[in-house]
This record gives sequence, structure tokens and C-alpha cells, in this order.
Amino acid sequence: MKRRWLSLPQSDLLVLLLVLGGLVAFFGLGTQGFLGKASLGSIANRIPALLLVSTGMTLLMVTGGIDLSVGSVLGLCGAVTGVLMVDQAWGLGPALAASVALGALAGSVNGWISVKLRLPSFIVTLGMLEIARGLAFLATHSQTKYIGAAVEGLGTPIAGWVVSPAFLVAIGTAGLGQLLLSRTVFGRHLVAVGANADAAAISGIAIDPPRIWAHALLGALTGLAAVVNCSRLGSADPNAGVGFELSVIAAVVVGGTSLRGGRGSVLKSLLGVLIVATLEAGLVQLGASEPLKRVVTGCVIVAAVLADTWRRRA
Amino acid sequence: MILRAANLTRRFGSVVALRDVSFDLRAGEIHALCGENGAGKSTLIKVLSGVHPHGSYAGRIEIDGREARFRSLRDAAAAGIAVIHQELAFIDELTVAENICLGAEPSRWGFWLDRAQALRRATAVLARFGIALDPAAPMSSLGIGQKQLVEIVKALARDSRILILDEPTAALAGHEVRSLLAIVAELRGRGVACIYVSHRLEEVLSIADRISVLRDGSTVCTLAAAAADEATVIRHMVGREITGLYPRTGRVAGAALLEVEDLAVADASGRQRLHGISFSLHAGEVLGIGGLMGAGRTELLMHLYGAWGRRSAGRVTLAGRTAPGDPAGALRAGMALVSEDRRRFGLHLEESIGFNLSLSSLGEISRGGVLQPGAEERRNAASARALGIKADGLSSAAGRLSGGNQQKVVLGKALLTRPRVVLLDEPTRGIDIGARLEIYRLIDSLRADGCAVLLVSSDLPELIGLSDRIVMLRDGTIGGRFDASTAMLPETLLRAAIGAAPGTHPH
Repeated sequence: MKRRWLSLPQSDLLVLLLVLGGLVAFFGLGTQGFLGKASLGSIANRIPALLLVSTGMTLLMVTGGIDLSVGSVLGLCGAVTGVLMVDQAWGLGPALAASVALGALAGSVNGWISVKLRLPSFIVTLGMLEIARGLAFLATHSQTKYIGAAVEGLGTPIAGWVVSPAFLVAIGTAGLGQLLLSRTVFGRHLVAVGANADAAAISGIAIDPPRIWAHALLGALTGLAAVVNCSRLGSADPNAGVGFELSVIAAVVVGGTSLRGGRGSVLKSLLGVLIVATLEAGLVQLGASEPLKRVVTGCVIVAAVLADTWRRRA
Repeated sequence: MILRAANLTRRFGSVVALRDVSFDLRAGEIHALCGENGAGKSTLIKVLSGVHPHGSYAGRIEIDGREARFRSLRDAAAAGIAVIHQELAFIDELTVAENICLGAEPSRWGFWLDRAQALRRATAVLARFGIALDPAAPMSSLGIGQKQLVEIVKALARDSRILILDEPTAALAGHEVRSLLAIVAELRGRGVACIYVSHRLEEVLSIADRISVLRDGSTVCTLAAAAADEATVIRHMVGREITGLYPRTGRVAGAALLEVEDLAVADASGRQRLHGISFSLHAGEVLGIGGLMGAGRTELLMHLYGAWGRRSAGRVTLAGRTAPGDPAGALRAGMALVSEDRRRFGLHLEESIGFNLSLSSLGEISRGGVLQPGAEERRNAASARALGIKADGLSSAAGRLSGGNQQKVVLGKALLTRPRVVLLDEPTRGIDIGARLEIYRLIDSLRADGCAVLLVSSDLPELIGLSDRIVMLRDGTIGGRFDASTAMLPETLLRAAIGAAPGTHPH
């Protein structure tokens, strides 16, 4: 009976909130200053980029696809933003548009190749992971571009507010993503294609376009996240986003989106993002080393997938 | 008596697949099993060969007078029983000898393959049973009939005394059939016993010593082949009386909605699967499509709907226009399909009933791509009521429903697109009699409303009871046409499906 209760969607949300509350309590009690301004600020700073990309990743994983190249594409889009703003003296607006367009292009290439040529998106995006990282180094000649104040406004709290424009944009995007998934024909198609592509096709749904669009949308959001990421540092580092895909996948999977497609919720991915961001910031606060953080991230992914499997069996 | 099975009963949930079936096999005998699709032949084979292990069925199996309790296919193989399936398990890259020894490779010191030994062993088996095959030939150089033969030799090399041949000639050409039958007859002379399952009665009558007929999971009779003829066997296979199960609202058929002219279709590998198919389907009429498994019924429906195959010839016209070649287009043009494979093509099992009902007609419950939850719920509730879907609510998962209710959801999804041509592939397969009757009434009301229904069913009484006209398919083409004037009797239909005997006039 308990299992039955746990399989209800509302109880999933409750479990995620409990995990989040538990983490905050654990780090709050266990470390000095975790609940202080600096630490919370670091969490808040980390959230926007993670949330933007996790929103797109949720929509893609609902269709049964995955994108391992988001970290590299984030690096590439950031690098191009840096080059455009520093070397070409572009304004933030045009540079941001270029970054989003470049991300969408990379996503479309991933999507088109994996969907039309029937290759696993896992492998295609693994290739893109290398390609985009290489291009990021080529674009910047392996140098970090210091952009400075022109981009930092995005990431600093609005006067009189606690949060930054980037934070608001990310929350708004996640909200729109959830509505797209649950309240539109397109969202229905994403779920139908991911849960049973054969039945979707017989039901009259063209099964390729939703998958390709999901890849492209994730790419565009990654391009947006790249600029947000630059604003956090005030610079464009071609190394930005190394390992970022794992944080994103961890957040989405913790949120209960199935790796097998057909089931997912942007709202729960938001909680997943909060959990992953809290965990990473908390570990820093505890004085954990970078290698140890990676060990923990890996364990969290495996644990979340296990939980997903158990839930299916229940 | 080499094998004796007594009072076998096998249930799947509430469905009884075998009911008190008894069967025996003498050494050096060919005993044929006949029956319609779903009569219980496959289940009987699976029980005898250990696929359904001891304990999953009631009754007793004896080999050489001692009770046998097979837990697996492997146990049955150890007792000398081998099943030769329709799907062959061989490796094209190896030689005939290596395939014959596959799974029991001779070796030196348990490690190095001993090819010479494999060749000797294969040559010996081939010689012992008088089979003319080159053991050194690569498997890929063989035709499908010879590959079938290798499969049989492989079983003989394992000292199998009982061969179960499941539709061995289904994929074979005429001359291959003849040589296979000759070899099976030869094996009988060397003491091997065979259970021979085939739809082709001509073959069965020519080779079998005895014939057992199964119907609805029970043995109807066992005949001596010498004393039997096709008509008798078919009569026993069909058996049932057609009762007043089928509602029928009188209506004169209207204009032709779907016209198929000289259609020929190949599958993805380029093999011709349908050819020379022409018929027309009118408003207010149910056209039945019959035929044996593999005759091309499902392929025909899937192709008309634009979901399968490459057309190599012919035309399909839907309401006067060329039919679209894809499911989305077909639905827009007023044609809907209910697939026979509910789990794969029919339903999203993990999604809600409402999700499934809406899926093909989202345009009607959305504005500018945004769904209108109120409108969706109202419409789905009305549809569920009209179809009599029994569920706790429309938000529970479709996979939790009974088979009959699942089928109603698939039908509901199709009908919400308000089709004028409805393609139904085995709409009552695997569902209980109550839901079956409701689906019969639904089909009749579609007809009364002026829809055109194309109905595929393996259940001949059902096909006859529901259809205004019937087309029987055989080997991918039309084997016979029947309407009220030609009298639609199960015997004549089955004859057209099997392709034997006079009385049919294929066009």
C-alpha cells in the first residue's frame, strides 16, 4: 500500500521537497555559514544556467532522447559570445541572439542526424561533445575572453531585489516549459513519441519533428545559458561547462524524468536542480575537494535511476 | 507408443488455451495437427516441448511409457524431442557442418574447435538419413528449403526421435516442399516420429498417417489419413454453428468510399507481400477480409492506412481522391485504423485513458496548439460512456484495463477522429464475450451510420456474421470473393484461404 501511495505524482513532489529540506537542514546544521549570504548566493548563481538547460533536457528526455553535448555547446556558445563582444565589440543583445542561434544550430544538427539517420542520440551527441569543445578552443585561441561589466548585469541581483535577471528568466522559462509539456499539442506529441513511438505513428502523429524540435530547443536554451554563465564570471572561458552535462542529467533524473522516455515534468526537474545545486554548494562548504564532488554526483545519478526503476516496478 | 499426452489443460488467466487434450504418437509415424488460428496447436506444441514447463498445465505426458516432467526446452531435447520452428536459427557465416554441430561443437582439450571432427560427424548424420547436402558448403549458399533441412539434421544429430515440424513449408517454394516431404517420409522409414503442423491440408493428407483436429482448445477427433479427405477435415476444423450473436441493421450500401485497384506491395526488404488485390468498399457496408496467418491481411490494412510497405503497383482511392500515404493524412481524409497489435500500435499503456482517447484528434480540443482541458475531459467522458468503458476514472493508466476495455479505448481514439472508413484488424482478439458483443453492436452501428468498415478476423463465424461481403486472402492475393449470392459458409471460405479444391473462383 505504501508503494502504491508513493507512485502518485503528488507524492513524488513531496519526496523531492523532503530530500531538498533534508539537504538544507544537513548542510545548515553541519557547516558554518551554509545558510549565510555568500553560500546562498553561490547556489542562486548556479541555478539559472542549470535550470535553463535542465528545462530543455527534460523535454528532450521525455521523447526518449538525450544530449551529452550541452556542456561543450555551453562552452562554445560562451566562447563565441566572448569573441563577438570583446573582439567585434557587439552589444549584449545581438551577442545573446547569436549565442542562442548557435546553440539551436548545434541542437538541430544533433537532432537531425540522430532522428533522420536513426542513430542513438547518445552517440551522436557524444561526437558533438568533442566537436563543440574543439571549436570553442579554436574560436578563442584557447584564451579566456574578459568581457566585464557589459555582461555582468545579467547575473547580479536587481537593485532592491534578491534575485538577478538571469534567475527570473530561468524561472520563467521553466514555467513556460512546464506549460508547453502539459498543456499544448506539441507537449502531448513529445510524450506520445517518447512513450510508444509505434502507437504514436499509428495515431497520426509525425514522429520525427517533435524529436528534432526537442533537440533544437535544448540547444537554444543552452545558448541562452551560455551567456548567463558568462555573466556569472564576467568572462568567456573555452573550458566553461566541462562536466556540466552530468549536473544537468543528474538534476533531470532526480526530478523523476525517465531515461526511457515518456515520462517527465519540468516542475520536478526544477526541484532536481535545487537539490543538485544545494548538494554541490554544500559539499564546497564542507570543504570537499573537486574529485569528491564528482564521486557524489555520480552516486546521485545512479541512485536516482535506481529509484526510477523501483518506482516502475511498484 | 513413443509419446502419449493425456488430458492436457493449459490456462492463461481466464482463457483456456487447451482443454482436456489427449494426443499420442507412435514410433515411425507422422501425426498431423490441424486447426484454425487459435485452436490450440501452438500451445500443445509448447507443452510437449517444455516451453510451458511441467506445473503450468494439468495432465500427463509420457515418453516410452514413463511420465516426463519437462522444466524447459532443454529437458525435452534431452528426452529426444526437437521442435523445428518457422523462424530458423542458423548462422549464415558458418558451414553446414558447423551449423549442424552448433551448440555441441567437437573440440580438442575442450578448447580448440575440431573442424575435421565436425565435418565427419555431419557427414555421418547426413549419410545415415540419406540426405543429400554438402556439409562443407557455406550456409549462406543454401536456399531456404535446404536451410530448413539443416535445421532438421541438426536435431537428428542430437539423437532426436520425435520431430515437431511447425509449419515447415510456410516459406518454401513448390519444389522445395516436395523434397522436404520426401525427406520427412524417408525419416519415418528410419524410425523417427513426427508431429506435423500445417495449414496446407493437401500436404497433410499426402504425408500424414493420422490427423488430429483441434478446435477451441479441444481435440475434436483423430482420423486415419487414408480414410480422410479435405472436406471432412475442414468440417471438423470449423465445427461451430453460427448463432444469432451478430446484430444486423438493414441498410443499402451507398457510394464507394474506398477503391483498391490491382494493388501490389513489397516489404522493407523488397519481398513482394501483396499482389493483384482489387476491391471496393461502400458506405454503409462491412467488407470482411479473411485468410490464414501470414496471408497478408494485416499488411493490407496497414498499407491502406499508409503505415506499412512500398507500393510497386496499383491505386488506392479514398472518397474519390488518391489515398494519402501516411497515417496523419489518412486520418485527415477520414480513414482510421484499429491495429491487431494493441500493445504495440494501439495504446500508450502507461499513459492515462484520457491521453489515449484524445491522441488522434488533439486538433479538436485545442486552440492555437494549446489544449483546452475542460473540452478534452467532456469529450473523453462522453466517448467513454458511449463505448461503455469500465474504469475508475479516465486518469488511470490504460494498461491497467482489461483487454476488452483496452480495445474500446483504441476504438474510441479512432472514432473520435470521426472517420468515414474504419479499418478494424482483429477487433475482438483476446477479449471476453461481453466486450465482444459490445464491439459487434458498435460495428453494426457504424454501418447503420453510413461508415464503410473493412474488418479482418480469424474467427470465421464472426467474419461471416458481421460482414456483408467477404474477400479471402491467400499468399498475398485474393483467393476468393463471397457475398450473399454465393453463400458464405465456413467450409467454402476456408477452402479459399487454403487454396484447395473446386468451388472458388479467384479473380
